[in-house]
Amino acid sequence: MAREGLTINPAKTCQPIGAMYAALGIHGCLPHSHGSQGCCSYHRSTLTRHYKEPVMAATSSFTEGASVFGGQANLLASIETIFSVYDPQVIAVHSTCLSETIGDDLQQITKKAKDDGKIPDGKYVIYASTPSFVGSHITGYANMVTGMAEQFAVSTGEKTEQINIVAGWMEPSDMREIKSIAGLMDAKIVLFPDTSDVLDAPQTGKHEFYPKGGVTIEALRSTGDSKCSLALGCVSAEPAAVALDKKCKVPFETLDMPIGLSATDRFIMALSKAAGKPVPASITADRGRVVDVMADMEQYFHGKKVALFGDPDQIMPLTEFLLDLGMKPVHIVSGTPGNRFEKRMKEILERAPYANFKNGGQADMFLLHQWIKNEPVDLLIGNTYGKYIARDENIPFVRFGFPILDRVGHSYFPSVGYSGAMRLIEKILGVLMDQQDRMALEEKFELVM
Amino acid sequence: MDTQNISLLEGREKQVYEKRAGGAEVDIACDKTSLSGSVSQRACVFCGSRVVLYPVADAIHIVHGPIGCAAYTWDIRGAVSSGPELHRLSFSTDLQEMDVIYGGEKKLYKSLIELIDQYQPNAAFIYSTCIIGLIGDDIEAVCKKVAKEKGIPVLPVHSEGFKGTKKDGYKAACHALMTLIGQGSTEGISKYSINILGEFNLAGEAWIIREYYEKMGIEVVATMTGDGRIDAIRRSHGATLNVVQCSGSMTTLAKDMEEKYGIPFIRVSYFGFEDMSKSLYDVAQHFPDRPDIMEKAKEIVRDEIRKYYPEMQKFKAALAGKKAAIYVGGAFKTFSLIKALRTIGMSVVLAGSQTGNKDDYRALKEMCDEGTVIVDDSNPVELSKFILEKEADLLIGGVKERPIAFKLGVGFCDHNHERKIPLAGFIGMYYFAKEVYESVMSPVWQFAPRKGGKR
Repeated sequence: MAREGLTINPAKTCQPIGAMYAALGIHGCLPHSHGSQGCCSYHRSTLTRHYKEPVMAATSSFTEGASVFGGQANLLASIETIFSVYDPQVIAVHSTCLSETIGDDLQQITKKAKDDGKIPDGKYVIYASTPSFVGSHITGYANMVTGMAEQFAVSTGEKTEQINIVAGWMEPSDMREIKSIAGLMDAKIVLFPDTSDVLDAPQTGKHEFYPKGGVTIEALRSTGDSKCSLALGCVSAEPAAVALDKKCKVPFETLDMPIGLSATDRFIMALSKAAGKPVPASITADRGRVVDVMADMEQYFHGKKVALFGDPDQIMPLTEFLLDLGMKPVHIVSGTPGNRFEKRMKEILERAPYANFKNGGQADMFLLHQWIKNEPVDLLIGNTYGKYIARDENIPFVRFGFPILDRVGHSYFPSVGYSGAMRLIEKILGVLMDQQDRMALEEKFELVM
Repeated sequence: MDTQNISLLEGREKQVYEKRAGGAEVDIACDKTSLSGSVSQRACVFCGSRVVLYPVADAIHIVHGPIGCAAYTWDIRGAVSSGPELHRLSFSTDLQEMDVIYGGEKKLYKSLIELIDQYQPNAAFIYSTCIIGLIGDDIEAVCKKVAKEKGIPVLPVHSEGFKGTKKDGYKAACHALMTLIGQGSTEGISKYSINILGEFNLAGEAWIIREYYEKMGIEVVATMTGDGRIDAIRRSHGATLNVVQCSGSMTTLAKDMEEKYGIPFIRVSYFGFEDMSKSLYDVAQHFPDRPDIMEKAKEIVRDEIRKYYPEMQKFKAALAGKKAAIYVGGAFKTFSLIKALRTIGMSVVLAGSQTGNKDDYRALKEMCDEGTVIVDDSNPVELSKFILEKEADLLIGGVKERPIAFKLGVGFCDHNHERKIPLAGFIGMYYFAKEVYESVMSPVWQFAPRKGGKR
């Protein structure tokens, strides 16, 4: 089917939800959606379905009046209401297609709120422009993380030993893992944003409006004095590192998100180098175990064809990992537009000239399904929406990415680092072998695999 | 923030009411838009239209706007179909910056042509999202043009998110349905016939209800919109009576059909033994010249209750004296839930809705026990506060309320889009009691700190 205008079954969603997710990674922050009530409701519902956690965010609740006269009055009223009733440390405002089209200027409105004394002492309002008709949820995430860096970082002129790690869009479990790796290495880091202990909070008998996790304002302010930044993901993390460099002269290095063996190797080496600390024996042993399992099970991976879809910073290193495992990533789709994806994928796929990949307009699940029908695969990896294709085509399916609406685990077990690589191996092998067992003829049904 | 000692959100006093002996008359200021800056559980106009029309399974539903609105509403509602499943796909014009500047009409036109050629639907619904009104796309014109070229109804749904509340979205959806109604032939439709309105076939509920009516000897012309079909909707003006559930969403349509086609309507609810029985009797009463219909209704009620009553006593014994909080979309549903909970020995300590009107809240007050809190358009802080204060054991709500209940150590029942089992009909009451029982009595609570961490 030739298509010009239409997107069928998208492999992306809109900017504001990314901004909301990023803002939840600041301690004591209430994300605020400057637009219609529905946007906020949809984002909260989607995040709740993915995390099985309460997600708090406020909305400007636009009405027809706001669309004629501009949303300034709504936002100013919102800021007042929020500080007096919900008492956050920070309000992180993001725009929507509606407020962007009307032409609301968030910078000017937040300045006016400050000038009018609507922002109490010691409290903050930050903002990010996140028009839904540009980019994707990943763009919105990157914009809000950039907003954090730009609007909080302060340069005192004295550099510290601290390293900034800018997290690309990853799970709370991943952020926890990155902090744990840095702890093992005795590297002093500040990770931002940080949704661990926010969106994976324990059951306590209370509804904590502001759970204990999240990067603190103090830590965000200190990022301006850090000796360097590591940005984990060229699409979702790098823009914040660039902003820090511009504002506070913090040099940065952009890395792939540490998913799989090679990308984790590069991350560990870069962190070790930046911190001036050796790689501890325990990390080396973790790596050894991953390589051991890869060797033990190589026959099950070899030559298996894979289709994958999702967000660029996650599927680029995942593609590399699949190649490291001896698998063949044949179809790759990402709804997020931008040429960084194409450039990096070309590098990674030098070993795999057979692969189809596309991102941006019409890079959707319909296209992926067409490709799979043309050239069938042994494995599908992606978010929950892959389940229709997996069922139609009887393909083993590993859930990975955002959103995952029908399984748990992603917020508790990391995909990054060597433990993440181990988990991916386990998941991939699990579905491949289950399929082999299910489809095997009686005489080929094996006990030992 | 300590949610146990908070006061009400300023400006919300008029949307919260506590029933006390000799207390003031209920005068909830509902029908008002949410306060800017509140963490409201409400949605928008688009959401209202989308949920009402979504179950029409042989039409394509195309969301005209940036990608989000289509992405967030992709197959999230378990409205099942017995045949085509076009409604489970997500179609979007995915508007980009250039479209916002130059307009999206061409893109919409092309998308519609591509889609209709590919899927051969019986109709197309085109939802306008927030910015469509602002950029000035004339979707009426595009719809007319495509309808003419392709020979199927192409219906604009004016659902710009900010142009009102979810209720206005219901109206826009009803308006689109009204355009279809009257286009089909009513030949062969029985005099003893109804349309089922406001039943969305979540987890197959419409099938259960339809079967009861058919057993009574009544022809069901169309269900709107559960397991919906364009042709059935087009000839639904041939029915003798409209039976309206979920009054919030479909009363507009029932009134319009009454005015234009002279079809009377009754309001019913299919939740709980009491209301379910009444909805069969009320329909039977409409056909007094056929006493056999009433006889059959009585027989169904008798058989069904006999089937499930003994099992229910088991649940009731365990649940007696437990307290429930209800926060759902429509107020009418709250009435049924209060009665259904009483059947299993539970009392209601909090009753609220997103979209109730003054009459609803007045009726709610009549039904509730003393001390019950009644809220309109509530928020998580308020809900947590009242659940803890009133020591509820169960919350009935939707997706955003579920994790709040669990964090508080309180059982939960989804009475919204995400129900996985039918809750309507006699069998639905059994499932409802079972689900409530399983959640309230779950062994997990022995490990979980409850009620504010105190026990």
